[in-house]
Amino acid sequence: MAQVTLRRIVKEYEGGVQAVKGIDLDIADHEFVVLVGPSGCGKSTTLRMIAGLEEISAGDIAIGGALVNDIPPRDRDIAMVFQNYALYPHMTVYDNMAFGLMLRKFPKAEIDRRVKEAARILDIGMLLDRKPKALSGGQRQRVAMGRAIVRDPKVFLFAEPLSNLDAKLRVQMRTEIKKVHQTVKTTTIYVTHDQVEAMTLADRVVVMNHGVIEQVGPPQELYHNPATKFVAGFIGSPAMNFIPCRLEQSGSALQVQLPGGAALPVPQDRTARYQAHLGRELLFGIRPEHLTEVRPNDHRENMAVLEAVPEVVEPMGMETLAHFWIEGAEICARLDPATPAAPGRKLPLAADMAKMHLIDPKTNKVL
Amino acid sequence: MSATAARPSDVLPGLGRKIGSLRRERRWALVTAYISLIIAAIFMLGPPLYMLLTSLKTSAEIADLSRSPWSISEITFSNYAQILGDPMFRGFFYNSIIVTVLVVAITMVISVLAAFALARMRFFGSQVLATGVFLTYLVPDTLLFIPLYQIVGGLGLLNSIWGLVLVYPTLTVPFCTWIMIGYFASIPKELDEAALIDGANWMQMLTKIFIPVALPGIIAATIFAFTVSWAAFVYPTAFITQPDSMPLTIGVVSQLIRGDTFAWGQLMAGALLAALPPVIVYAFLMDYYIAGLTAGATKG
Repeated sequence: MAQVTLRRIVKEYEGGVQAVKGIDLDIADHEFVVLVGPSGCGKSTTLRMIAGLEEISAGDIAIGGALVNDIPPRDRDIAMVFQNYALYPHMTVYDNMAFGLMLRKFPKAEIDRRVKEAARILDIGMLLDRKPKALSGGQRQRVAMGRAIVRDPKVFLFAEPLSNLDAKLRVQMRTEIKKVHQTVKTTTIYVTHDQVEAMTLADRVVVMNHGVIEQVGPPQELYHNPATKFVAGFIGSPAMNFIPCRLEQSGSALQVQLPGGAALPVPQDRTARYQAHLGRELLFGIRPEHLTEVRPNDHRENMAVLEAVPEVVEPMGMETLAHFWIEGAEICARLDPATPAAPGRKLPLAADMAKMHLIDPKTNKVL
Repeated sequence: MSATAARPSDVLPGLGRKIGSLRRERRWALVTAYISLIIAAIFMLGPPLYMLLTSLKTSAEIADLSRSPWSISEITFSNYAQILGDPMFRGFFYNSIIVTVLVVAITMVISVLAAFALARMRFFGSQVLATGVFLTYLVPDTLLFIPLYQIVGGLGLLNSIWGLVLVYPTLTVPFCTWIMIGYFASIPKELDEAALIDGANWMQMLTKIFIPVALPGIIAATIFAFTVSWAAFVYPTAFITQPDSMPLTIGVVSQLIRGDTFAWGQLMAGALLAALPPVIVYAFLMDYYIAGLTAGATKG
């Protein structure tokens, strides 16, 4: 087990296209770090460079304190789980898991002990004699994880391991992966484009976009205090609403002036933070879950009421999503399912201003 | 379901007719397929059957043009006995086996290694080389035998089976390499990456992953190399004139046709015996030719 360090890592392809533009990252021993971002953001390339499957154009990678820039994958003491499992089709489940240990000339008894132990952890003991083609998707993914576990490597690398599974199995395997990490505690780097996976699994989430790291932090930190507009919009589902606004003075306090006339008071404790941006055109960011129905006798602090006319109402069971538009910006509100919301009917909404964000549209930074 | 439930055709009047027409279409497709296959089978099996019948006749019966060539009045095995009893023919067989076994072995070693390198190792000129390998196969042996005669002669290998062992791979290696490039390329890249991370070097990756996974392709290439070297005719005709170095293909023809005298019974018996090994090889290897071996490697 070991820490992983990336220093100014660059990946440049022929023709000068940079997939990864000089990223720095420190991953602690036993940590579960998830790289998340849209396709083409460089997360998979970064993982493959850590694995040694992709050469780095510049920078340094260290695993367990040792520089591995020029060390082939087999000598980096890592194990990888691929999106499409990459099981050896001609070998049984047992041989698939034992293959790496056999190549490393482990004694037979030790191989047997490790394979059976991994099979026990993953609950695939009864599948050991089967070939991959006789397994379901979820079972194949377990075997792929088993192949990583038996090696007892310094680092686990997961490359979008759940993307090929159906939604239900994905949730189940997600829990499974977290359970395995809690058991074996190996340092884990996990790549996904699914922010829910990232949030649920990670000790720390690394949000990447266009080959750079936008923000690194624990899931709750990213959710509550996003650093950029990209992170604010990427983390959370449904995504955060962004409404063009102007920051104005209102007595001794500040207020957010929305197009269409609505003015929302900014909480007192933010006055100092936002004062410098007074009079500027900004983006007002608020999550759908902080834009709810007005409840009877609602005396929540920092509440602002916003009149809306939903155009689309989506009942989800445990909640209802209402969509409306303010000057071309689509806004989503998360309502209690008992709320009598209907398309075209006026609906007063309560904005929890303590959870608001202001974004500078020039720098895309959250203020 | 209740007993009074309406039949689908009552509810949706158009449906019954549609199903009927699909069934009729399917029946027609089957009938057409069977007729085509029967015609093809008759066409393909006619010559071997004619050979078999002729090989079982006496010379007198073969020469009797008043009878149908498709009938036999008296079955005789004398043609086979004469062929098999003649040490010279056993020599032809022996030569063919030696040449074929060596050519298949040489071909498979070279083409599996070459295909693996061309399919998986990115190096300068690998694409051009892969195309070049295939282009060499496009030059027919009827053109190549003249310059090759010079080369084989220069090496002092005329009238020697070793000349054939040297020359046949020029026919088999390019095509087998091409087939194997295709098979290796179809193996998911993640499989080699998984093997690399598991600790395999290139050779282990080839022997423990690629060869077992691409076995159907290797068998197909082996069958091809076997067929080409067993049935080669132009090169041995050009390079071999002495009977003791002749393979079966030219041995049978050169020894059983004397001027304008054709020993038809023995010719047919010899040709059938020569055709036997490929039939056995095909029948045996086909059992191992299991398509879809890669199913389950990845997503599936």
